[in-house]
Amino acid sequence: MARVRRRQATLAAPPVSEEDLRQLSARNNEPAWLLNHRLESWEIYESLPMPTLQDEEWRRTDYRHIRWEEAGPLATQNGARPAIDVIPKENLAPLIGEEQGGLLVFVDGELIRYEFGDALAQQGIYFAELQQASQERSELVQRYFMQKAVLPTDGKFAALHGALWTHGVFLYVPPHVVAELPLHVVNYVTKPGATLGHVLVIVEENAQATLLVDYASPPGEKQAAYIGATELIVGDAANLRYVALQDWNRQTFEFSHQRARVGREGQLDWIVGTMGTQLTKAHLELELDGRGANGRMSGFFFADDDQHFDLDTQQNHNAPLTSTDLLFKGAAKDVARTVWQGMIKSLPNMQKIDGYQVCRNLLLSKDARMDGIPGLEIEADDVACSHAATFGTLEEELMFYLMSRGITRPQAQLMLIDGFFDELLQRVPFARVRDRLQEAIEAKILS
Amino acid sequence: MGATLEIRNLWAGVEGEEDAILRGVDLTIQQGEVHALMGPNGSGKSTLANVLMGNPAYEVTEGEIFFGGEDLMEMEADERSRAGLFLAFQYPVAIPGVTVANFLRQALNARLKAEDPESKGISVPQFVRLLQGKMSQLKMDHNFAGRYLNEGFSGGEKKRAEILQLATLEPKIAILDETDSGLDIDALRVVAEGVESLKGPELGVLVITHYQRILNHVAPDFVHVMYGGVIVESGGPELALRLEDEGYDWVREKHEIAVPA
Repeated sequence: MARVRRRQATLAAPPVSEEDLRQLSARNNEPAWLLNHRLESWEIYESLPMPTLQDEEWRRTDYRHIRWEEAGPLATQNGARPAIDVIPKENLAPLIGEEQGGLLVFVDGELIRYEFGDALAQQGIYFAELQQASQERSELVQRYFMQKAVLPTDGKFAALHGALWTHGVFLYVPPHVVAELPLHVVNYVTKPGATLGHVLVIVEENAQATLLVDYASPPGEKQAAYIGATELIVGDAANLRYVALQDWNRQTFEFSHQRARVGREGQLDWIVGTMGTQLTKAHLELELDGRGANGRMSGFFFADDDQHFDLDTQQNHNAPLTSTDLLFKGAAKDVARTVWQGMIKSLPNMQKIDGYQVCRNLLLSKDARMDGIPGLEIEADDVACSHAATFGTLEEELMFYLMSRGITRPQAQLMLIDGFFDELLQRVPFARVRDRLQEAIEAKILS
Repeated sequence: MGATLEIRNLWAGVEGEEDAILRGVDLTIQQGEVHALMGPNGSGKSTLANVLMGNPAYEVTEGEIFFGGEDLMEMEADERSRAGLFLAFQYPVAIPGVTVANFLRQALNARLKAEDPESKGISVPQFVRLLQGKMSQLKMDHNFAGRYLNEGFSGGEKKRAEILQLATLEPKIAILDETDSGLDIDALRVVAEGVESLKGPELGVLVITHYQRILNHVAPDFVHVMYGGVIVESGGPELALRLEDEGYDWVREKHEIAVPA
């Protein structure tokens, strides 16, 4: 114990207190149960040391260059409300044609735009800011919020999130309801300091929905932190498509916990894009709880300059006949560093499960470093599980082929890297978003 | 007056290896002519094709190559292509995530941009018309355009994709490196007819082959035999027929002394 205390003393923590928590709760007029949840989370937060390189899951990620005095204080709005026009138009563009089912836009943790069509509301779908939801749909939120998916006990940053979450979104789709139009959330941050955003999605039995969440910030001078949590609850025979695209600026550190639960015969199509931040540490966990549940996880990441991404994925087969399919593809250039660590687990005697994971890494410079660590822990015999991590560079043979058709070397590189990511971008169900991602990838290649 | 490809005393080998594979090749090809380059396995035919196209895996140690009066050795592969040289690969590689259509449009745009840096490139409708026309000419299914280049293609599809590229890029001189290898009779006929339909005063062709059969479809004006990294025999179509009848043994016997093993 003495050792732990000493380490804790040397590793800086965000300059936040229980007082911040109480002010935040009071400002939002939160119900008592929500304040209590914050206080309980705070207690857990205080009981845990800051993670260090000695912790197994933090072995490859040293975040000590974060300046908590800049990144730690809550980035709450003082004075003027931010205007929506600070956000690039392409981030706000409707997802399909001129339509989307709903749009929530946050700037610095403040809700500044709320659109939600009557059609979806009349179907009984609920889509709103989480604070508002905790008043209007108190019973539902209380039952699910950090109770079933992400828990305050998941780690130091999960506990901090539970205590100090600043804003969030709640999507609820009642049983047998199909949300025909996609829903869209934009999380935009213009200031240094910490924001703690929450996503809670509940798609009930036999219901369907599609949600896209954008995270972005313009270039900044001072550090920022995003300490997020995402909870996806997919009911029996329900179907959720969830796309999360992160493009924070280079001064931002993200620490996030994301967990999905899928019921019997339910289906989750989960896509994660990681482009921004100075450092990202994300836990992405897929729990297949019901017989026959299916989950697909797709991830693309591209690190350049001195970016550091550390993505931990878990596919937990908690019921028989469950299947998962994970494909991550990443590139690293300059002196960037990426880590993907995957794990497929099954409870004992979960027969006829099918788990697949592969991470493909494209190394674009000699000084970049990419780690890919697949893992399996299966305690059943009638299973089909496979896992792999591959590493490659741009092959001269392919370059020569393209150049032999008159394509210049820089253009050939661009085409090969675009081609590498194409398979994953094609999984993003919106053409306009795909174009935006391709532009972001090309900007990184040319930078 | 068409462009000429002139190869003079060319010595070359695999980059980083000491032994030369090409040991003094001399060959001149005029736009509009069809040349066949034959020879047993390992005689250096594919090395010549790769060296001409500028494959960085090979190194030229001696000799000169001129194309349309320009020094080819000063050019990278992309410049050689834009100058009008084309290589149909023996083993075309798969390009994941890049469709046939996208690939060809980029190749055409690279040409337009090299001529005029301000060029916006070929418009999409114009390109689609062009590509569909070429595909029809080669009796290819138009769905082909949307597939990832060479990925999961059969041997015949790969070779046909090479000929489609040849037809679209309209080079002055095309090298076909064993385009007939690995094809059954029907696939060979389709590919060879494609080449035949492109022949004319604007296109010079160097057909590299082990066998005579493709020459039944693409009639050569000149036939050369390569052995031990040099061209040891040159003649007309009758030379190819002799090789078909007698094999390469007489070539080996006649030139063994001249060419050390």
